[in-house]
Amino acid sequence: MKKLRSVTRRDALKIAAAGAALPLVHMQTANAAGTLKVALWDHWVPAANPVMLKLISDWGAKNHVDVSVDLLSSGTANAKLLLAPAAESLAGTGHDIMTFQSWGVQQYATHLEPIDDVMDGLIKQYGTIDAVSEYLGKANGHWMGLPTSVGSQYKPACARISYFKKAGYDVEKWYPNAQGNAKAAADWTYDTMLKIAPGAKAAGLPFGLGLGLTTDSVDWTGAALTAHGAVLVDAKGNMQLRSDPVQQVLEYMQRIYPSLPADTVTYDDASNNKALISGQSALIFNPPSAWWVARRDAIKVAEDCWTFPSPSGAKGRFNPYLPFFWGVWSFSPNKTSAKELITWLQQRSQIETLCNASAGYDIPPFASMHDFEIWSTEKPPVGTLYNYPIRPWHDTQSSMAGWPAPPRIAVQLYNNATFNVMVVKLAKNKESMKSVLDWAENEISGYINM
Amino acid sequence: MADGTTSVSAHALRGFAPPARRSGLQRFAQRRSTIAIVMCLPLIALIAGLVVYPFFYSIYLSMLNRTATRFIGLFNYRYLLRSDTFNLVIFQSCFFAITAVFFKALIGFILAHVMHNISGRDQRIWRGLLLVPWVIPPALSTLGFWWMLSGNYSAVNWILAQFGIHGVAWLANTWTARIWVVIVNVWFGTPFFMIMYLATLKSVPEQLYEAATIDGANFLQKIRYISLPMLRNIISITVLFSLIVTFANFDIVQILTAGAPANTTHVFATYAFQLGIQGGNISLGAAVSLFIFPILAVFSIFILRGVGRRAREGI
Repeated sequence: MKKLRSVTRRDALKIAAAGAALPLVHMQTANAAGTLKVALWDHWVPAANPVMLKLISDWGAKNHVDVSVDLLSSGTANAKLLLAPAAESLAGTGHDIMTFQSWGVQQYATHLEPIDDVMDGLIKQYGTIDAVSEYLGKANGHWMGLPTSVGSQYKPACARISYFKKAGYDVEKWYPNAQGNAKAAADWTYDTMLKIAPGAKAAGLPFGLGLGLTTDSVDWTGAALTAHGAVLVDAKGNMQLRSDPVQQVLEYMQRIYPSLPADTVTYDDASNNKALISGQSALIFNPPSAWWVARRDAIKVAEDCWTFPSPSGAKGRFNPYLPFFWGVWSFSPNKTSAKELITWLQQRSQIETLCNASAGYDIPPFASMHDFEIWSTEKPPVGTLYNYPIRPWHDTQSSMAGWPAPPRIAVQLYNNATFNVMVVKLAKNKESMKSVLDWAENEISGYINM
Repeated sequence: MADGTTSVSAHALRGFAPPARRSGLQRFAQRRSTIAIVMCLPLIALIAGLVVYPFFYSIYLSMLNRTATRFIGLFNYRYLLRSDTFNLVIFQSCFFAITAVFFKALIGFILAHVMHNISGRDQRIWRGLLLVPWVIPPALSTLGFWWMLSGNYSAVNWILAQFGIHGVAWLANTWTARIWVVIVNVWFGTPFFMIMYLATLKSVPEQLYEAATIDGANFLQKIRYISLPMLRNIISITVLFSLIVTFANFDIVQILTAGAPANTTHVFATYAFQLGIQGGNISLGAAVSLFIFPILAVFSIFILRGVGRRAREGI
C-alpha cells in the first residue's frame, strides 16, 4: 500500500497563514472582492437593461471583480422588487447591492450600511441633491441609500396640445423647447385645471387623474396637497388634519371629481397611460412612458402630446417625484466593492449613457444633470420631453406624498392612500366632511402610534 | 416475515444468540411502526419545513414591531381591530368567501345533475368544456375579466352601448366591484364542485332513483331524498376545502381591483400584501394573514364534526 504523504508542522503553518490572509486580501479592494451580487430594477424601457449590464460588465472586467446581476420586476402583482428586500433583510443574506423603490431605504434602514462617504463625495462633485431624495435616502442623519437615476421619475403633466389650445391655453408657450420664463406659465394653476376639466369630459377627453390606491393616484394628489400648503401630519409627527388647507384641497377634489373619468376611483398605474394612448384623455400626470407607447402604437396621439410641470397652488408648483435607490446590505461581505460600483455608476457619463438608453425616462437626483441632450431631441413633436426634468427656470420643486411627516408615518399615509380614500368618501360616497375627517383621524392616529 | 421476534427465534434455533443490544436495535428497526415513520419522514420534514415552521414563524413575526426588531406582544392585533379599514376587510373577506362558495356549490350541484343526465360521448364533451375555466390559470382569466370590465376598453360596456345602454363603471362602484370579484371566483371554482359531485353521483346506485320513480317521486323529490343525503359528506368536504382556498384568495382581487374603490374590496391576503410587502410592515401583514386562521378553524370544526358524526352513524 502506498504511504500517504504526511503534512509537516512547517506545511501546516504555511497553509494556515495563507488561509488567514486570503479573506483579508479579498475584502480590502474591489480588485479581489469575489462575486459581487447586484439586484437591479428590470427597467420598463427594455433597451435600458443591456446598456446597464454592459456598463457593469466593463467595470467588473476593469477591476477584476466577478459581478452577477439579477433584474427584479416591479408591478402590482409581480412585485419582486418589493419581495426580494423583504426576504433578504429577514434572512440576513442575499445580494450585496439592492435596489429600493421610494420608501424602501426607510423600511430597511436598520439592515443597510451607511454610505455617507459615497454621498458626500458625489454631492461635492455634482452639487445639491434633490430634497425628496434626501428625505427618503437618509435615516437618523446618515445616508443609507444612494438616490440613483435608474428608475427615478417625475410625474409631470402630459397634455394634448390641441385640446388645451381649444380651451384657450398654449402649453408650448407656457413651457417652450428652450430656456423659458416661469411667468409665462403663471396661468397653469389648479384653478385653471378645474376650469377646463368639465369641457374635457364633455369632449370625451376627461383628465386621466386617478383616485385609486396605487402610486400614480397617490402622487398627484400628494403634489396637490403640498402645492396648497396642506399636510396631514407635520414633520414633528403631529396630526394637522383639521386645518384649513386640508379642507380646501378636499373641497377642490370634490369639485373636480365629476369631471374625472367614471372609473377614476379604481385607477391603477396603467389606467392613465391607457387613457392617453387610446386618445380618451387630454391630460395625465405620468413619466413619458405613456407618450412612448403612443409613439409606437398611436402616433397621432404622440404628436399631440407635450410634457411640462404640474399646476401651481397657493404655496408653489410641485412635481410628484418617485426616486429609486441603491443600498448596500450591512450583512454584505463585499461592502467595499459594492460602494465602488455604485459610486462609479453614479458618475455623470454613466448616468447620461443610462438616461439615453432609457430614452430619457430616468431622472438624475442632481439638478446639475438635468441638461442632458436627450430631453431636447426626443420627438414627435421635437422637444416634447424638454420640460420633463425640472429646469432651473421652472420655479418647481419635487414632491413626495406623505411629506413632511416622519417617514415611518408618511410611508403608511402613502401606501394606504389615506388622502385618496378621504376624497372618495367625500366626493363619491357623499359622506359629510366631519365623517371623513373622523375616519381619517382614527386611521392616522393608528399610524402615529405604530 | 419481517417480524423481530421471529428473527430472534431463528437465531436461537441455530444455537447461538446475538448480542442483546444489537438485537434490540434490530427489533426496533424492523418494527412496522418504525418503518412506517421512517418512510413518512420525508413528508413529515416537508410539512414541518413548509407548513409548521412558517406558521409559528408568522405568529412570532406578528408580535414584532414595524422594523421586526422589538417584541410588542398583541399590539398589532389590537391596532387592527380598532381600524375601520380592517373591519371592512373582515366583512369583505367573509362576504367574498361565503357568497362565492355558496354559488360555486349551488351551480356545481346543478351542473353535476345536468351532466349526470347527459349520456355517453356528449357528456364527455360537455364535461371537458365546463372544466376549461378551472384549467386556465386564474391570473390570466382574471385579466380577461378585467379587460372586459375596465373603464378604458370595457367589452361589456361596448355591448351595452350597442343596445343604447350607457356604460357602467363596473369596478368603480363598491357593490358592483364586490359582486364582480365574487363572479370571477365562481366562474373559476365551479368546475371543481361540479366534477366532485358528478363523481359521487356516479356511485349512487341507479336502483334508488328507479325505486323512487316507481313510487311516484318527482325530480325535486329525488334530489331532496336521494341525491342530497348521498352527497352530504362530499358537499361538506368540498365546501370546507373551497372556503379555505377562497378565504386565502389573492390573485383575483389583486388583479381585478387591488382593493379599490377606497379599500372596499380588499380581502385578508391582499390587505396583508398591501401592509406587509408594499407598506414594508411585515409584522402587521403577518397579523392580518393570521386572522384567517381562527375563522377557518371555526368552519372546520363544525363541518368536520358533521362529517365525523355521519361516518360513525354510517350515513
